Amino acid sequence: MVFHATLQGERYRFDDLRTLLARASPLRSGDELIGVAAADPVERVAAREALANLPLRAFLSESVIPFEQCDVTRLVVERHDAAAFAPIAHMTVGQWRDWLLGHEADAGALAAIARGLTPEMVSAVSKLMRNQDLIAVARKVRVVTAFRNTQGLKGRLGSRLQPNHPTDDARGIAAALLDGLLLGAGDAVLGINPATDSIETGMVLVRMLDEVRQRYDIPTQSCVLTHITNTLAMIARGAPVDLVFQSIAGTQRANESFGVSLALLDEAHQAARSLRRGSVGENVMYFETGQGAAISADAHFGVDQQTLEVRAYAVAREYAPLLVNTVVGFIGPEYLYDGKQIIRAGLEDHFCGKLMGLPMGCDVCYTNHAEADQDDSDDLMMLLAAAGVNFLIAVPGGDDVMLNYQSLSYHDILTLRSVYDAAPAPEFEHWLERMALLDGRRRVNANAPLSLPGFMDPRD
Amino acid sequence: MTDTRAPDLPRDPWAALRGLTHARIGLGRAGDALAGADVRALQAAHAAARRAVHATLDPARLSLPEPFIEVRSRAPDRGIFVRRPDLGRRLCAQDAARLPHAPCDVAFVIADGLSALAAARQAPGVLEAARAALPEWSIGPVIVAHNARVALGDEIGALLGARCVVMMIGERPGLSAADSLSLYLTWDPKVGRMDSERNCLSNIHAHGGMTHDEAAFRLAWLLRGARTLGRSGIALKDDSMTAHLPPPAP
Repeated sequence: MVFHATLQGERYRFDDLRTLLARASPLRSGDELIGVAAADPVERVAAREALANLPLRAFLSESVIPFEQCDVTRLVVERHDAAAFAPIAHMTVGQWRDWLLGHEADAGALAAIARGLTPEMVSAVSKLMRNQDLIAVARKVRVVTAFRNTQGLKGRLGSRLQPNHPTDDARGIAAALLDGLLLGAGDAVLGINPATDSIETGMVLVRMLDEVRQRYDIPTQSCVLTHITNTLAMIARGAPVDLVFQSIAGTQRANESFGVSLALLDEAHQAARSLRRGSVGENVMYFETGQGAAISADAHFGVDQQTLEVRAYAVAREYAPLLVNTVVGFIGPEYLYDGKQIIRAGLEDHFCGKLMGLPMGCDVCYTNHAEADQDDSDDLMMLLAAAGVNFLIAVPGGDDVMLNYQSLSYHDILTLRSVYDAAPAPEFEHWLERMALLDGRRRVNANAPLSLPGFMDPRD
Repeated sequence: MTDTRAPDLPRDPWAALRGLTHARIGLGRAGDALAGADVRALQAAHAAARRAVHATLDPARLSLPEPFIEVRSRAPDRGIFVRRPDLGRRLCAQDAARLPHAPCDVAFVIADGLSALAAARQAPGVLEAARAALPEWSIGPVIVAHNARVALGDEIGALLGARCVVMMIGERPGLSAADSLSLYLTWDPKVGRMDSERNCLSNIHAHGGMTHDEAAFRLAWLLRGARTLGRSGIALKDDSMTAHLPPPAP
């Protein structure tokens, strides 16, 4: 299908839906890299005009990646819920944007349409929204999940405690873990990115995390973020696996480059559920995504990186995950060049994920070759907290010494809790209270006990 | 400020744990935020990393004992270089045309990559140690490459007629080391080689990383392995890194 728009006396033509979406997307380096970005700002706005006039139904008859070539497209088509789509079936993308912002579109109305949405519809509408729109709509959506605590409740802000170490040294990791727990982080997950691919190392780390959790009776979950096949092997060997992690992307080919398939995800989902380790819920999957992933795997089919990102969410929602986060600035300036692009992408990913029904979190981060710094991270974390993000990632001092990038600090999470009057998951908050880590105003105590009894005692 | 902690606690109870990790643990607080000194320490480390990313390689200051050939990629400046990895993987037409055909066993390329600082500080020392570790190898003219990605070595090696190319390239700077170098070895270099056809030695720097001698020693092992196999990449890693690698240098 060919699309046209006339703007300022000039007529623009867009050859197919994929091209229209790409030209309408806010400027970012990844789309420039693969040559799909709008040639100039006027063409971009013309594409938005054409997109605004497009009926949502059009997305049910045209795919950006052919059905025959991609199992993600097939999944989207097979899972589309026509009844859920019905309330918005008569709208154009532009009308739907206004409907989403309307006061009648409350949490219930938004949850009701989630299964009727395709990733391309969601991507399209995000391209017609300003940053404040992305925040205003996302904060209306509530996605609650649970394992050993409850994530995503109103007035709550979760955090992943990420105690990475460049050589996976268990004592080094424990030191960073203690630091985070004493600062009240870690209700979303205690999650380590291991430096090696080794199953043995994974076993050591997952056991260590589980021992700490049990010894202090911490109502949280742990995860070693290794390849899904390693996690399956660890489960087979009796490791105490709470959550199964995997990086996923929005095309079959990109997922193949990650060594994953829908069948493998099914298998791991069933394996983790069969362990029945959750106490208050059964959401056992943890996914990470990020704009640019499919481009870096050379598996983009000429589709803009933001649309591909939302397609990854269609994969994620098959598995009722506890946590999903975009690692928004990690992949580098060739995909998101500067703070402006990273901030916009973070808000888009959160909005699109929430609208698709996912428990969206974010790794607010940047690399040292991106045009960004901690001020940009401050901006994005504040905006995401305003948007009701489920959880954010935090590392000691904001400096990840294994992955060599900057994320948020445990301190940043405290700042957000104060500014937005938000608390961690209720079960975890009670634990902080029990451990005397909160002061009279329920803030993490600046003069907290300097250890958990029996943990590696910093006074030793 | 009054110290309100219990009197039996030492002033820095985290001191013992800091030896276990370079992570910024036990930082101070100002309200909820990080203590000012810790904020500035992170800013200083970030500033050093930024400087490394945008630095340019000055060959005159490399103190290379031999003549060298300077080449540029198709990325005309650092700003375009970080955005367009594809341009950093190919030589600009002018430099491709003037590279000599100089067949050799191995060619070394000193490349800025994402840290010209790393190339300047580490590459000459590693090169000198590698020459000593490879007495029986013929070594091609040293190439100094600007705005270079790893794959630029493929085109350079092919034009020279080298059996193998070693890219000595600055890594993406981290906060703990802004001058860390990697070596990428590619047997039978030609445009279009995949990353899985290379072997890599990384973290060559003076802040607890690999020393120049150790890097040269390991590189020589890998080069001999590649010559025996007739290729580099995943197959070589399995053979050489696990079975035959010598114990770490003292």
